[in-house]
Amino acid sequence: MTEASSAIEKLKSKVGVEWEPREYEVGREMIRLFARAVGDSNPLWQDGTIAPPTFILSIGFEQFVEDLMNLTPFNTVLMGSTDIECYQPVRLGDTITVVFKISNLRERQGEMGKMAFMTFDSSYKNQKQETVAKCRQMVIGY
Amino acid sequence: MSKQRYYQDVAVGDEVTPLVKEPTTRQLVMWAGAVGDYMPIHYDKDFARSRGLSGVIVHGQLVGAFLGQLMTDWIGERGTLRKLSCSYKGMNYPGEAVTCKGGVVKKYVENEQHFVECNLWAENPKGERTASGMAIVILPSRG
Repeated sequence: MTEASSAIEKLKSKVGVEWEPREYEVGREMIRLFARAVGDSNPLWQDGTIAPPTFILSIGFEQFVEDLMNLTPFNTVLMGSTDIECYQPVRLGDTITVVFKISNLRERQGEMGKMAFMTFDSSYKNQKQETVAKCRQMVIGY
Repeated sequence: MSKQRYYQDVAVGDEVTPLVKEPTTRQLVMWAGAVGDYMPIHYDKDFARSRGLSGVIVHGQLVGAFLGQLMTDWIGERGTLRKLSCSYKGMNYPGEAVTCKGGVVKKYVENEQHFVECNLWAENPKGERTASGMAIVILPSRG
């Protein structure tokens, strides 16, 4: 078995299993840095009290990617798709708890070897236990 | 900021005001820091080439965020972006414009909320669609 296929076997056992919840506190400069990175000059987010809807993508993502890369021998992931449902805006001072889960995994032989198409779901709750957003994203590891 | 857009102002077939973004490698580095996506294909040209790409590529999620901005700019301060979906179909490269466009495909009232559904896409300078998707927004009503 190649390194890539054994890693995919390992990943398969994680499908449908929720990862440990992690908490993130939303700071003013996180919101402002995000808006600057997008180049989004909408006055709504300039003072860092309310976050643009896509800000949710930044919450817990670094840790998630690190965990994912530790589980796989892939040295690259490409984003395949992003779906975001927003129920309420994320605000300065919110504590967001995020839970990730791989919901689907497919593999294919590509030009550069084994590729894995991984769909992962994430849900985000604030400190009042209200769901603020849900995301489903597909990434391609190779 | 432009004046507030209302549900009554919008008709099926209307164009969403296009948004042109010109991502630079500097912007990719800022995005990497802002979301914590440090995949080297977005800042290391040699690494990107070793993975079969012709150079450093724009993060898919950054294109997704551009499409988010396309919508939040269009719906104004009192509009709400409820859903944003996009699939990344091709690569965008720093130094090349990413033009975000969309159109109204449906409008409806449900539970007294005024929904507008749009299709969206991002084009590279050749006019090829590198991402496409849809959005559902809620607009204020004059009624």
